[in-house]
Amino acid sequence: MTSPGVPALEVAGLVHEFGSKRALDNVAFAIDPGEFTVLLGLNGAGKTTLYSLITRLYNNRSGSIKILGFDVRKQSSEALARIGVVFQQPTLDLDLTVSQNLHYHAALHGISRREAQARINTELARINLTERANDKVRALSGGQRRRIELARALLHRPKLLLLDEPTVGLDIGSRQAIIAHVRKLCREENLAVLWATHLIDEVDETDKVIVLHLGRVLAIGRATDVVRQASAGHIREAFTTLIEKAAKPS
Amino acid sequence: MTLIHYYRCLIGIIWREALRFVHQRERFFSALVRPLIWLLVFAAGFRSVLGVSIIPPYETYVTYEVYIVPGLIGMIQLFNGMQSSLSMVYDREMGSMRTLLVSPLPRWYLLVCKLLAGTAVSVLQVYAFLVIAYFFDIEPPLYGYVTVLPALIVSGLMLGALGMLLSSWIKQLENFAGVMNFVIFPMFFASSALYPLWKMQESSEILFYICTYNPFTAAVEIIRFALYGDVNWPYLGYAVVATVVFMALAIYGYDPSRGLIARKAGAMA
Repeated sequence: MTSPGVPALEVAGLVHEFGSKRALDNVAFAIDPGEFTVLLGLNGAGKTTLYSLITRLYNNRSGSIKILGFDVRKQSSEALARIGVVFQQPTLDLDLTVSQNLHYHAALHGISRREAQARINTELARINLTERANDKVRALSGGQRRRIELARALLHRPKLLLLDEPTVGLDIGSRQAIIAHVRKLCREENLAVLWATHLIDEVDETDKVIVLHLGRVLAIGRATDVVRQASAGHIREAFTTLIEKAAKPS
Repeated sequence: MTLIHYYRCLIGIIWREALRFVHQRERFFSALVRPLIWLLVFAAGFRSVLGVSIIPPYETYVTYEVYIVPGLIGMIQLFNGMQSSLSMVYDREMGSMRTLLVSPLPRWYLLVCKLLAGTAVSVLQVYAFLVIAYFFDIEPPLYGYVTVLPALIVSGLMLGALGMLLSSWIKQLENFAGVMNFVIFPMFFASSALYPLWKMQESSEILFYICTYNPFTAAVEIIRFALYGDVNWPYLGYAVVATVVFMALAIYGYDPSRGLIARKAGAMA
C-alpha cells in the first residue's frame, strides 16, 4: 500500500566513490507516485551507478535511498519488492521461452505458479505478445525482448519502475511503443517511473527532468521550468547550456 | 515475505537450473563421457600397473576400475561445481545475474538456492553415470545406490560452494581457463581419486599431507564409503565444515558492500 505523501523514491545526500573517483556527488531528489521522471545524462554521467545503488547491486556508504519510505540498506527486502527494473543490458535467458523467463521472475518474488500464469497472460496481452509466450527469447526481435523485460518488471506489481536506457539500440517504432506504454502505466496505475536516457527527444515538456552530469545533479524540475531557468528555447538547448556551464571553471 | 515465498523461490531457481541443463545437452553428454573415458580407457590401461591392496571400505581385493569409481563420481561433481561457477560468471557478465540479485529475498538465501539447484543437477549426472557403469561391471551392492545419496549431496554442496566461491572472486570470464589449470587438475590429481593415499606416502610425505587435507579427497572418501553402506566420519565432518566455510566466503564475496561487487564496480568505473 502506498502511504499518502510518501515519495515513491527518495534519494538524499548520496555520494559514491570508486577508489579516488567520485561517481556520484551529493545526489538528492524525490519522485512521487504516478510521476514520470527522466534522468537525463550523457554516457558516464553516473546513471547506471545510481541505478545500481537504488537496486542494491552496490551498497551506498553515505546518504540514503528510500523506496516508499523503506530504506534500501536497512529494509532491503521491503524496498526491493516494490521496485521493477529494466536494465540497460538485456537480462533475459535466451535459451528459455518467454513464459519460462517470466515464471522464473515470478518465483523469485514468491508468487504462486497459478497467480503468475494469470499475471503473465495479462502482461503479455498488454504488450501484444501473447502468441509468443512459448517461443524462445532467442527468436524474438530486440524490440520484443525489451517489451518482455518491461512485462517482467511489472509482474510483481511494483510501485516504482526503473528503466536504464531502455530504448538504446531499438528502431523508432519500438522506441515509441515502449515510451507510450510506460507513460500510460504512469497515468493509469499511478506508477512512479525513473527513465534514464541520453536521448533528449524522449523528454516530454510535462515530464519531470533530472539533469545528471559527472555525478552531480545540475537541474531538477518540470522540463518547461528547466528550460526557463537555463534561459533556453527548448530542452536540448537547456541541456547543452547546463553542461557547458558545469564545464567552465568557477 | 513468508516461508511459502522462500519455498517458491527455491523451486523457481531449481526449475530454471534444470531447464538450462536440459537445453545444454552437450554439457550432459560431456559430463558423462569424461568419467567414462577414465573408467574404460585409463583404468583398463592401469589395471595391471597399479595393485590396490585391501583397504576400507573394501573387504576384498578390488579391481582398479572399482577403486576409481568414487573418484570419477567426485570428478563429475567437481566439474559440475565449476560449470555452475562458470555460468554464474557468464550470467554476471551477460546481466542475467542481476535479476536474481535484485529480487527481494536475502542474497545469502538466493545463493544457497543456486547451490542446491546445482547440487541437484550433479546428483542426477552421477546416477546416470552409475547406471552406465553398471553395464561395465561396476556393481556396488544394491543398497549402495541409496546410501550414496546423502554423501553425494554433501560432496555436491561442498564442490558447488567451492565453485561459487571462485565465481565471486573471478572478475571476468576470460580468467576461467586459469580455474581449470589451478583448481580442477591439482584437486583431482592430489587426492585419493586415482590412487590410495598410502601409495602417495611411499613417494612423498609432503604430497601425502596435501592429498590428505585436500577437500576433494574428503568428497571422494565419503562417496567411497557410502557406496558400501559405510560412513567415513572424519572426512564427513571435514566436508561439512569445508562446505560452510566455502559458502560463507562466497556470500561474503557477493555482499554488495564488500567482496566482488564493490571491487567489480571499481573496475567498471
